[in-house]
Amino acid sequence: MLNGIPINFYIMLSAVLFIIGAVGVMARRNAIIIFMCIELMLNAVNLLLVAFSTLHNDASGQVFVFFIMAVAAAEVAVGLAILSMVYRNFKTIDIDLLSRLKN
Amino acid sequence: MLGYTITQWLFGILSFLAIMFALMVVFTRNPVNSVLYLVLTFFCIAGHYLLLNAQFLAVVHIVVYAGAIMVLFLFIIMLMNLNADTEPRKHIVTRVIAGLVGGVLLFVMVGALKGAEQLQLVHGGSSQIGLVKNLGKVLFSEFLFPFEIASVLLLAALVGAIMIGKRDTNINSKESTN
Repeated sequence: MLNGIPINFYIMLSAVLFIIGAVGVMARRNAIIIFMCIELMLNAVNLLLVAFSTLHNDASGQVFVFFIMAVAAAEVAVGLAILSMVYRNFKTIDIDLLSRLKN
Repeated sequence: MLGYTITQWLFGILSFLAIMFALMVVFTRNPVNSVLYLVLTFFCIAGHYLLLNAQFLAVVHIVVYAGAIMVLFLFIIMLMNLNADTEPRKHIVTRVIAGLVGGVLLFVMVGALKGAEQLQLVHGGSSQIGLVKNLGKVLFSEFLFPFEIASVLLLAALVGAIMIGKRDTNINSKESTN
C-alpha cells in the first residue's frame, strides 16, 4: 500500500496507459502522433518505476526515471529533426507513404 | 467520504483523467489538439508523482515534458501546417485490428500482473527519498558515471539534431556544378 493505494492499481494504470500508446502507434498514420504515443508509453513505464521506487523506499528507481527523461528528450530532438527533414523532402509525414525501404 | 481517504480519491480522479486524456490523444483528428491533450496527460502523471512522494520528479516532469518537449512538438506541427483536413487516416480494417490487438494485449497484461498484490513490502529508510537532497546524493554518488554519460548523450543529440535539421546547400550546389 502506497498512502492507502495498492501497488496493483499503479500496475494496472501503467498497463492501460502503455496499451493506449501502443494502439496509437498501430492505428495512426501521422508520424508526429506516433512519436507522441511513444512518449506516452515511456511515461507509463516511468510511472511504474516511481511507484516501485516508493514501494521499496529506494531512490534508484527515481534516478532511472531521471535518466529516461534525459534519453527521451534526446530522442525527441533527433526524431523531430529527422521528421522535419523528411517533410522538407517529401512534403508529407504520412508513414504509409514513406515506405521506400520496403522495395 | 464513503470510506475512502483523500489520497485514494485523488488517485482515482487523476487515473481517470490520465486515461481519458490519453485516449483523446489517440482519437483526436487534429494534431494540435492531440498535443494539448498529451500535455494534460503529463500534468495528470505529474500529479501521480506528487501522490507517490516524488516531488522533484513531478517538477522535472512538468518542466521537461510539458515545458520543453511538447513545445517542440507544437512548433514542428505549426511548421508543417498540419490540421484535421490534411490528416491521413488508416483503413478502417487496420484500425479495428489495432484496437483488437490492444485489447488482447491488455487482457494478457492484466492476467499476468494480477498476482502483484502478493509482493512483499520493504520497510525501513525514510519516506523522503523523492526530495532533491536525497535524490542528489544518490545521483552524484552511485550514478555519477551514467550522469556524465547522459551529458555526452545530450551533446550528441544536440549536434545530431542540428546536422540533420540544417538545409544542405553544399550538396545541392555540388550536384548542380557536376
